[in-house]
Amino acid sequence: MSQRIKYHPLLEDYKDGKNITFIFNSEEYIGIEGDTIASALLVNGIRTLRYHEETGTPHGLYCNIGQCFECRVNVNHQQGVRACITPIEDGMVIKSQDVLPTPVKDWREKHDK
Amino acid sequence: MTNDVIIIGAGPAGLSAAITCAKHGMNVVVIDEYYKPGGRLLGQLYEEPDGSWWNGIKESDKLYNQAINSGVQLKLSVPVINIERQGTEWNVFTNMETLQANNLLVATGAAESPAPVPGWTLPGVMSVGAAQVMTNVQRVKPGEKGIIIGVNVLSAAIAQELKLANISVESMTLPKINSMNHDYAIPKNVVNSLLHVSHLSPSPIIKIGSNLMKYKLINKLALKFYPNKGIKMWDIPIQLKKAVTQIYGTDKVEGVTIANVDDYGQIIPKSEKSIEVDFVCISGGLYPLAELAAIAGCPFYMIEELGGYVPLHNERMETPLSGLFVAGNITGIEGAKVAAAQGTVAGLSIVNNTLNSAFEFELEEAIKQVRIIREENPIQFHPHIQNGRKKMQKYWNEYFANNQESFII
Repeated sequence: MSQRIKYHPLLEDYKDGKNITFIFNSEEYIGIEGDTIASALLVNGIRTLRYHEETGTPHGLYCNIGQCFECRVNVNHQQGVRACITPIEDGMVIKSQDVLPTPVKDWREKHDK
Repeated sequence: MTNDVIIIGAGPAGLSAAITCAKHGMNVVVIDEYYKPGGRLLGQLYEEPDGSWWNGIKESDKLYNQAINSGVQLKLSVPVINIERQGTEWNVFTNMETLQANNLLVATGAAESPAPVPGWTLPGVMSVGAAQVMTNVQRVKPGEKGIIIGVNVLSAAIAQELKLANISVESMTLPKINSMNHDYAIPKNVVNSLLHVSHLSPSPIIKIGSNLMKYKLINKLALKFYPNKGIKMWDIPIQLKKAVTQIYGTDKVEGVTIANVDDYGQIIPKSEKSIEVDFVCISGGLYPLAELAAIAGCPFYMIEELGGYVPLHNERMETPLSGLFVAGNITGIEGAKVAAAQGTVAGLSIVNNTLNSAFEFELEEAIKQVRIIREENPIQFHPHIQNGRKKMQKYWNEYFANNQESFII
């Protein structure tokens, strides 16, 4: 499981901030003030942030600076929020983005040979 | 309240420009979609040639405090979604509001090029920059034990940073060759680029470099004599004769398959073996993050030495669009010190243009300063950066030779 880096030979000690309670996929977790959604989940051992819209394969953060959009989650019912650049807040309800219906593809698979 | 200057990007370039403008009495607002000021300066931590440590967090703090004390207004966690020109004003659309100003500086920096390796979409695979930020900024270990794919200045510096935070790095190695990655996957090319940087660089690479230098005497044979087990740097083996062929795992990274490769990056059959890791970093280099300059209507040129497509600009950080300026890595991939110096130039350009060329001398001096810092800079991301800068100047001259009016209004 991933861990907090409290002591560092060159950087200042990590300052434990206020605990932040949030919900991810219906379960309660605790992060620390100053965490992003992605870092709060990673320190809780969670790497999968979203499931691919079509294939359902798990995806996590990739670039961690908001450029690749691999880490998008739903936050308080808002879609497409980048977990890596969004600070965690008390009471946030976060959900993995999940598989979307593919009616055209499904139809074709049934009817095309 | 109207602003005199809008700056997009709160990194070293954007903040330096903001400080310069604000000190000359201008009303400045800086916008950044990240939640902390400093841009990618934040994660940086490396040893200078004189043995001191460059601490990006402290440097960011300094810039931030200077900006705030000079009266700069900072808007963080605010993404810009569009830019439009209306009369002499630039309209900058964010997810919150629309801002207007006569002067706009786009200092959006760079991003890491994606470098696909089979299995790279598994959770636990990330760019080296991602691991750097997670480690030094968010202070969470990206994992217990990782492997770095891609051997270059940036990945070597970050390997050391992971090591400093007590994170185990199995090795640094090459990616499996594909049609897109010959620069990074063919051992000959990688050795060549490392030899180019080695004589310019401080500790991170000099340690690879000085080891490689032993082989440089016999130049092209360097690779032939490169040990199969790799050369160690801070106890991390650097493998230039091995490549990761597959990242595996069910719903997250469980390990990688690594194989021996020949001088041309071709896999040597039956040499594959598995290594257990819980995270993988991929390093495919940096490219200028230039979309917003494109939306604003700036012409672009592809200059490989600068890292990709860059907006047309001159040494004063002006673009052909009046009131539109660029600075930092959007103009070419270089270190944070060059970016900051360019930011100061952009700031003085804006001041000078607004105040009837009253700061011509200061501007010239600031431009000289950029050149000096560039020459002294120990870490060069591209060995031929100077050529790239010359090319851009040539494109600029040609552009104005072919376009009668000096600036697009």
